Amino acid sequence: MVDQTPVTEYELHLHVDGELPAGRREAVEAWLATHPEDAARVAAWRAQAEEIRTRFGDVSQEAVPNRLKLQSIMRTRRSWGAIAAAATVAAFLIGGVAGWFARGASAAAPDQVQVFTADALGAHRLYIGEVRHPIEVKAEEAHLLPWLSRRLGTTLRAPDLGAFGLKLLGGRLLPGPNGPAALIMYEGANGERFTLYCSKIEAQRSAFRYEDNNNFGSVRWIEGNYGWALSGPKDRTRLKAIAGAAYEQMEKAAPQRSSATQLLSRRGS
Amino acid sequence: MSTFHQDVEAAIPALRRYARALTRDAETADDLVQDTLVRALRSEHLFHGGDVRSWLYTILTNLNRNRLRSLARRPTLTPIEDHDAADAAGPEAGGRDIERALALLVDEQREALLLVVLEGLTYREVAEVQGVPIGTVMSRLARARAQIKSYLDGERPALRRIK
Repeated sequence: MVDQTPVTEYELHLHVDGELPAGRREAVEAWLATHPEDAARVAAWRAQAEEIRTRFGDVSQEAVPNRLKLQSIMRTRRSWGAIAAAATVAAFLIGGVAGWFARGASAAAPDQVQVFTADALGAHRLYIGEVRHPIEVKAEEAHLLPWLSRRLGTTLRAPDLGAFGLKLLGGRLLPGPNGPAALIMYEGANGERFTLYCSKIEAQRSAFRYEDNNNFGSVRWIEGNYGWALSGPKDRTRLKAIAGAAYEQMEKAAPQRSSATQLLSRRGS
Repeated sequence: MSTFHQDVEAAIPALRRYARALTRDAETADDLVQDTLVRALRSEHLFHGGDVRSWLYTILTNLNRNRLRSLARRPTLTPIEDHDAADAAGPEAGGRDIERALALLVDEQREALLLVVLEGLTYREVAEVQGVPIGTVMSRLARARAQIKSYLDGERPALRRIK
């Protein structure tokens, strides 16, 4: 005995999506056989679904781009995690016993500028060592800077460091402490690599500061809510000279932000 | 690799498909997927069982809403209520019609429809992703379908007349 209760519009949707309880299936089918308007609607909904699947279904068959592979995302994460862990240890040492109770909480969060520099050096160390994929997007690809600009929310420029024998390789996007960070890489004739790291930062404007660890040096400055770090081989004089040139070029370009560049960086966002 | 990581990895192709249909822009879509994955790995400790896939859809859906919200504060890029389709390439353009129809939908309706018809989620799963009761999911679906239908019904005769 088929349930004779009139069929509601919602039941028609349930029917199309295969969510109808078994007891109502026959009733709905019988209803559709005698109600051509409803049958036409159901057919139209099915056709829509089919069109959507035809249009977008293939995307899941495409090869997953490298930057979306879990391995590469985990690699980035791991380096960041290690830095965060190191920073937590530092905060713990400074904070003493109180730090122990606050670990995991915001009280253990280190100074933003320290995190920024540690991140920049960490990213530098990780990616200059990469042979096959030091960067995500090549310099030749026109969307490199618009893409990074869009993600960082500022107009990003890659300074020309040709005067120092450095050629722009390309860049990549990274998770930073305050949202996305950009890493732009340069390479010299004998394979030495320099990186320029940029990320949003809530800190006072600051002039050049040099910092180094065992292997690399970095010159950092903060301007207009963004921090910049130029990292490379441990050579204070050279790093400062390159950072100075990069800063000057970006400052020169800043006042006359051409509308074309801005439009470009907004494309597709 | 842990089960969690395997589940995340297995979901990437489907996430790309959903993101592409949501944004209808390949680059923006992959940016969204990348953000989703970074976010998911970072919050792994917050994930207490359940369906990893639904959780990823939830993150992506929310990130997309954030994106649209920040877009809304900028100058308008394209008028949403663009019913004047005369400049379109027409039905010959294949998937273009359905893309335009999707573009007309309210965000929540588009999400619900795509999660059901493209991603094969159940109404209950969509309700979880969107954080609303099932009844709301159903009315979003109903409105989405009605609007697409009237768009497609209305557009085709107009284009035929032009030819």
